[in-house]
Amino acid sequence: MNLLALNGLSKSFGGLRAVDDVGFDVAEGAIKAVIGPNGAGKTTLFNLVFGSIVPDEGSVDFKGARLVSGHPHRQVAAGMARTFQHIQLFPQMTALENVMVGRHTRSRSGFLSSLVPLPWTRREERDICVEALAAMHFLGIEALADSDATHLAYGEQRSVELARALASKPKLLLLDEPAAGLNMRETVDLGKLIRRIRDSGVTVLLVEHDMGLVMGISDEIVVLCQGQKIAEDTPLAIQKNPEVVRAYLGDDDA
Amino acid sequence: MTLVFLLQYLVAGVTYGAIYAIVAIGFGIVYNATGIINFAQGEFVMLGGMLAVSLQAFLPLPVAILLAVLVTMGVGALIEILFIRWLDRPTVLRMIVITIGLSIGMRELALLVWGEGVRSLPYFTGDAVSALSVGDVHVSPQVLWVLGTVGVIVAFLGLFFGRTRLGRQMRACAANRDAARLCGIDAKGMVTLSFVLAAGIGALAGCVVSPITYVQYDSGTNLAIKGFTVAVLGGLGNSAAALGGGIILGVLESLSILVLPAAYKDVVAIAILLAILVFRPAGVFGNAATARLQEHT
Amino acid sequence: MSRSRVLPLAVFAALIVLVQLATGAAGKGQYLTQLTMAGYYSLPILGLTLLMGYAGQISIGHAGFFAIGGYVSGFLTTYNLTELSGRWWVRAAGRLHLLSSGQDAFGSPSLVMRAWPACIAALLITVVVAYLIGKPVLRLKGHFLAMATLGFGTIVYRLVLGTSALGAADGISDIPAFHLLPGLDVSGKSVLRISNYYVAWGLVLVTVILLGNLIHSRIGRAMRAIHGAEEAATASGIDTQDTKLKMFVLSAVLAALGGVFLTHYNGGIGPSEASIMKSVRMVSIVAIGGMANLWGALIMGVLLNFLSMRGSFGSYDDAVFGGILLLIMLFSPQGLLRADLARRLLRLIPRGPKEPAT
Repeated sequence: MNLLALNGLSKSFGGLRAVDDVGFDVAEGAIKAVIGPNGAGKTTLFNLVFGSIVPDEGSVDFKGARLVSGHPHRQVAAGMARTFQHIQLFPQMTALENVMVGRHTRSRSGFLSSLVPLPWTRREERDICVEALAAMHFLGIEALADSDATHLAYGEQRSVELARALASKPKLLLLDEPAAGLNMRETVDLGKLIRRIRDSGVTVLLVEHDMGLVMGISDEIVVLCQGQKIAEDTPLAIQKNPEVVRAYLGDDDA
Repeated sequence: MTLVFLLQYLVAGVTYGAIYAIVAIGFGIVYNATGIINFAQGEFVMLGGMLAVSLQAFLPLPVAILLAVLVTMGVGALIEILFIRWLDRPTVLRMIVITIGLSIGMRELALLVWGEGVRSLPYFTGDAVSALSVGDVHVSPQVLWVLGTVGVIVAFLGLFFGRTRLGRQMRACAANRDAARLCGIDAKGMVTLSFVLAAGIGALAGCVVSPITYVQYDSGTNLAIKGFTVAVLGGLGNSAAALGGGIILGVLESLSILVLPAAYKDVVAIAILLAILVFRPAGVFGNAATARLQEHT
Repeated sequence: MSRSRVLPLAVFAALIVLVQLATGAAGKGQYLTQLTMAGYYSLPILGLTLLMGYAGQISIGHAGFFAIGGYVSGFLTTYNLTELSGRWWVRAAGRLHLLSSGQDAFGSPSLVMRAWPACIAALLITVVVAYLIGKPVLRLKGHFLAMATLGFGTIVYRLVLGTSALGAADGISDIPAFHLLPGLDVSGKSVLRISNYYVAWGLVLVTVILLGNLIHSRIGRAMRAIHGAEEAATASGIDTQDTKLKMFVLSAVLAALGGVFLTHYNGGIGPSEASIMKSVRMVSIVAIGGMANLWGALIMGVLLNFLSMRGSFGSYDDAVFGGILLLIMLFSPQGLLRADLARRLLRLIPRGPKEPAT
């Protein structure tokens, strides 16, 4: 069953066609990567999938249901989660509090019950805390719980953001350049982590520049160039695809 | 409601509207150069008027006005240098509050110096009762002075930004500060210049309209709100649209007393502002600059 | 509630009692009047701290909500319905025990609404107005939002100033006492000074407790998340517009509550309570108190309002508040009493050697 289906997505900004008739599927339990040279439209595609921006044409189906764009917060409740290329942690909150925000869609206590906490609110708060710690434990960072989130090292911040995304127990995880700023060893660890995430039942769609990571963990790769999909195949086939090579290295001019 | 009355109200509306337009243009100049809405813009108008009134007690009128405008320009430069220049990438909230603080400060200072009374310059030509008549419609010559001055200001700004080197440099800075600096343009100086310009046109407007409307230490706030309404209506940085928007607002406000009690006249402008902000923040004349304001966090 | 929260609250409660006893002992009972008023002014300030400091939304028109609370309650409890006593809705209101009859100052019959239903009505109206204003306006950012709230405050000011039914420039006076509970009245009578002081500060204490609960809850985290990184908050599933709106309405209701109680305490209200300067004052106090710091805003609010009411600032009242705002924003935009000030100060204390890494 296809967890995610992109159907003929197009989006223009002014005169620039950022995404041009892109369509592909993501099977449940897969790790799929989207690659392409800079300016290929990858981040725009991500935003379209997540519902942050509304496509000019085309649609997105998630878990078989048509996605209504423009209300990204609803996608999270439906089972999507994402991280950002430039880390967006909440300042003046601890790492644990940051991850607890990830549980927002899995908890209910509302406005009035937050003003005057009832027993069930307290219980839910404890559950949120426990689940958040569990997510941090999965990534091995529970020791950072009480630290000020924005004062952590870069790699640790990335982990906190990932824990926040995982805390909502998503079915689909969108990773936007998760290896950005990581050194070789950290990237290898990241690859192992992504596999562990997939093995725990989360489908992963990632945008990435690091070819080693992409080739190493992806089941399938989609290649975008100037907004268009130019290839979709297994890593080995992609590497041999002449169009892909040309897109990255450019034409051989005289 | 006879046609004559209607036309009189129209004239009044256009006159006030022209002043609102100047305030809006002043907002636009500073905004384009700095990304800041200077809440103290209304105070420049007040300051120009008040200074001129004090000076013309012992100086001939044209000199008093000139001096008032120059001093206000100096105040504008001072404000920029003392309060704005050294801020390091301030947040929008901080800038709003600082310029509000400046607006209050200037207002309180004016209260200290000039007290609570209303002041006005003498009519430039004629006096309070002289009037030019077009049929049954009587128009004070001061109205022509106002419209003429505003027209000259708009034309001057058009030439300045369109034809002069300095004006083009300012536009370059507004479009892309870093690129402009790489071309050797003194970006910091451009910012100061924007404040000076905005202060100058505000002061001149304040002088020319004071015989009709009087100035008071707190005239500035009202003007700021209405000027902002026009800026949103017509677009920041578009002088012609600001003029159009100003006239529309002035006329609507003036004619509102046909349907609303006079005490609510000021509410009209604000209601229009809220309506635009809610329904069409890009302005009636649509402008990318105002739409961009929405993306500023 | 964690110990770190109970302790300051206990200290606060103790302080409230101590101050009252001290003024009594020193024979300065009249200070209580100004402290009571300062207490009621603290309610909008606390609400604004929540909105500006925690939720990150600016409002330069909050005095408008304060005035709505005071004017609605004041109007309903003074508007004589005797002429209309035949109407069906007046009779219905009478049957629902919403009205009280008596005599006005001239001995003629008066039929006005009781204070409790008037208070509820004022708060409900505030909720509606805040919702209607907030929904479209909170979508805006930065300067637009500031101007819109400024515009809202100005509209309220102009409306109360220009409407003769609301007393125009003179405002509403002879507002009756608020019979809170049998035996407990909110009014300016000096014999009731002490009980009124406790009513006011009890209200403040309850508000601080409730707001503290909110800040440390799921919704509070959501609110702080929106302030910190709105895009990430959305990506975590938070409905930002809804949360912002709820915060806005809550802060408006707090302001209106202060307005209702102060109006009954003072026995009157005037257009100056809706003025922009009052709104600016609130923003100054929130800013100097540390933006996201309930205690800071409270302390600063009481201090500055108390001094202002005692006339310490003379006719330079507005200048003082405006000046404070300007200075804070220029030099210390996170306020004087920053929330993390305590933490930073503690870090200055030299610690023992760090434990070796295992």
